[in-house]
Amino acid sequence: MSATIIVGVDGSEAGNRALAYAKRLATLIGSECKLELVCVVEWSPYTFQTPEENSHRKKQKQIETQNAQERVIDPALAALKEAGIAASGVVKFGKASSILNNIAVEHNAEQIVVARSTEQGLSARVFGSVTANLVMSANVPVTVVS
Amino acid sequence: MLKRPYFLFMSLISLLLLTVSSSVQAEESSGGIDAVVNEIFGHATGWFVSLIFAPFPGTSFPWIVLWLVTGASIFTLYFGFLQFRGVGHSIALVKGDYSDPNDAGEVSHFQALATALSGTVGLGNIAGVAVAVSIGGPGATFWMILAGLMGMASKFTECTLGVKYRNEYKDGSVSGGPMYYISKGFKERGIPGGRFLAGLFAVFCILGSLGGGNMFQANQAHAQLTQVIGNYPGWITGVIFAALVFIVIVGGIKSIARVTDKIVPFMGILYVGSAIVILIVNADKIGWAFSQIFAGAFTGLGVAGGMVGALIQGFKRAAFSNEAGVGSAAIAHSAVQTNEPVTEGFVSLLEPFIDTVVICTMTALVIIITGQLLQNPETGMYILNEAGTAIKTADGSSGVALTSAAFASAFSWFPILLAVAVILFAFSTMLSWSYYGLKAWTYLFGEGKRAELTFKTLFCVFVIIGAAANLGPVIDFSDAAIFAMAVANIIGLYFLMPVVKKELTSYQKRLKSGEIVKYKDRKKAKKA
Repeated sequence: MSATIIVGVDGSEAGNRALAYAKRLATLIGSECKLELVCVVEWSPYTFQTPEENSHRKKQKQIETQNAQERVIDPALAALKEAGIAASGVVKFGKASSILNNIAVEHNAEQIVVARSTEQGLSARVFGSVTANLVMSANVPVTVVS
Repeated sequence: MLKRPYFLFMSLISLLLLTVSSSVQAEESSGGIDAVVNEIFGHATGWFVSLIFAPFPGTSFPWIVLWLVTGASIFTLYFGFLQFRGVGHSIALVKGDYSDPNDAGEVSHFQALATALSGTVGLGNIAGVAVAVSIGGPGATFWMILAGLMGMASKFTECTLGVKYRNEYKDGSVSGGPMYYISKGFKERGIPGGRFLAGLFAVFCILGSLGGGNMFQANQAHAQLTQVIGNYPGWITGVIFAALVFIVIVGGIKSIARVTDKIVPFMGILYVGSAIVILIVNADKIGWAFSQIFAGAFTGLGVAGGMVGALIQGFKRAAFSNEAGVGSAAIAHSAVQTNEPVTEGFVSLLEPFIDTVVICTMTALVIIITGQLLQNPETGMYILNEAGTAIKTADGSSGVALTSAAFASAFSWFPILLAVAVILFAFSTMLSWSYYGLKAWTYLFGEGKRAELTFKTLFCVFVIIGAAANLGPVIDFSDAAIFAMAVANIIGLYFLMPVVKKELTSYQKRLKSGEIVKYKDRKKAKKA
């Protein structure tokens, strides 16, 4: 039986720590383990935009997807391939906590690995950080790497 | 692309500027810059205003108002009163019930609606309503609400077409609007004259963007500023506004636009909130206000033109405020992410409701309830001013100043808040219309930096003219230019409404059969 681990990555140092931990887990589990890397670009469908921003949004999304793919997902996948770990990656837009959970449910994953978020300030206090939201709402076990 | 129209248009503009400069030299001695601008502007646009607002022979009823109302009534009947049956589905779409969160990242229904609303909610709701009730009396409110409700069907038709016939370019950018659906839709249906009609719309859209979308905004922003900080020449406000617009649309300083677009919705909420508080405090007068609205709608209660006068003002202001049938919203809504054009039609029909039925009605009620319109206590008739053209107001104010006075009677600090709101509304509406005008300009003259810069510079020049001219000529030209867009657009909608009907029938059939379901139901079905 194969085991899938969802890893939240964003190209930051914290994201890399989460990836390193997931890599260690995958090595311990063995060839049955597959990592699914998820890079979430924060996006809300309820923000206010100008008509010009709207008309270029599709183009902007393509650019942001390409950037995330080239700068975050591709280098991580290359490193995992070199280490002999099966992995795939995806770039998604939306609320990080719900997207990570949705993908975990979809893949019937064993767990989600994320780094402790560094969000501070009013919005994190009012709405909670990505990590806190994920821990509270996830349907699968969550490992938070400090 | 179309080189000849470009040169023709530029020749016309040059001719206008030549006339302006020679008149300025001739009249400089007789008054200040404002007076000169006003004089020239009135002369230059008078013929256009007369043509658009020409009355039916033997009546005082402008043909253009009937044109809009007839269009809205036909669409209402043709789509079986969809604006009343489809509101629930519209709200579900805006909430994102039918959107797959895994496909997020592009323009949502909410964002398309909010962007279109930021272009329409503004001075029309504040100053326009004040003009309507001071000329047409409280009865104008009734006709305004009716026109708003009917206009929902026009909006549905044009925005569905806007998405269906939009241009999606290889680089991912999107262009849509009446010029695209008229030219592509007519071609698809084998109807001749599509390119001509689309071109005509584009010309009117450019004029509309310079008039209602620009000069009217600058003019009223200046009027509001003088209320708060005292009288000073309009061209100063014009130059400051023009500089700000210039650095955003030419200089590409998006941060100013972003800040404005984030503050404007909160200003709107604050405005409506203040109106609700005034209405709650005066709850005992709401029944009386509605009785004035109903009585005025059918008798006029002494206003100039009687019932017809009230009706014309109500219809005119509703159309100017929510722009249903004008075609501008179709440009704004066309960027939405959807494979079903009719979904954006459903979403867009909420726009006239929010804009006219809710916000405009609140402004009108506050003006009526706070007793700004002077009434003869014995006859119950409204007292007209010396010229007999409008109702006498408590402090003699009109336009945005009248709304300000009405709100100030309850909250003394309100004029300052309103001044900030008016400036921000004006600025955000200008940015929206600079985009609509630019889309029409590039449709006519082709995409390109030079063509874009020409339009953007012209747009900024008109900001200064708008701020310096008097309210009368500016309001006339703004109305005329906006209504002229509706001439070409509604002809296009008549020919293309069967396309919308086909889309709607197919969509409703799939909705009924369960082929199109809410995302959470789709997820449940997948699990099962």
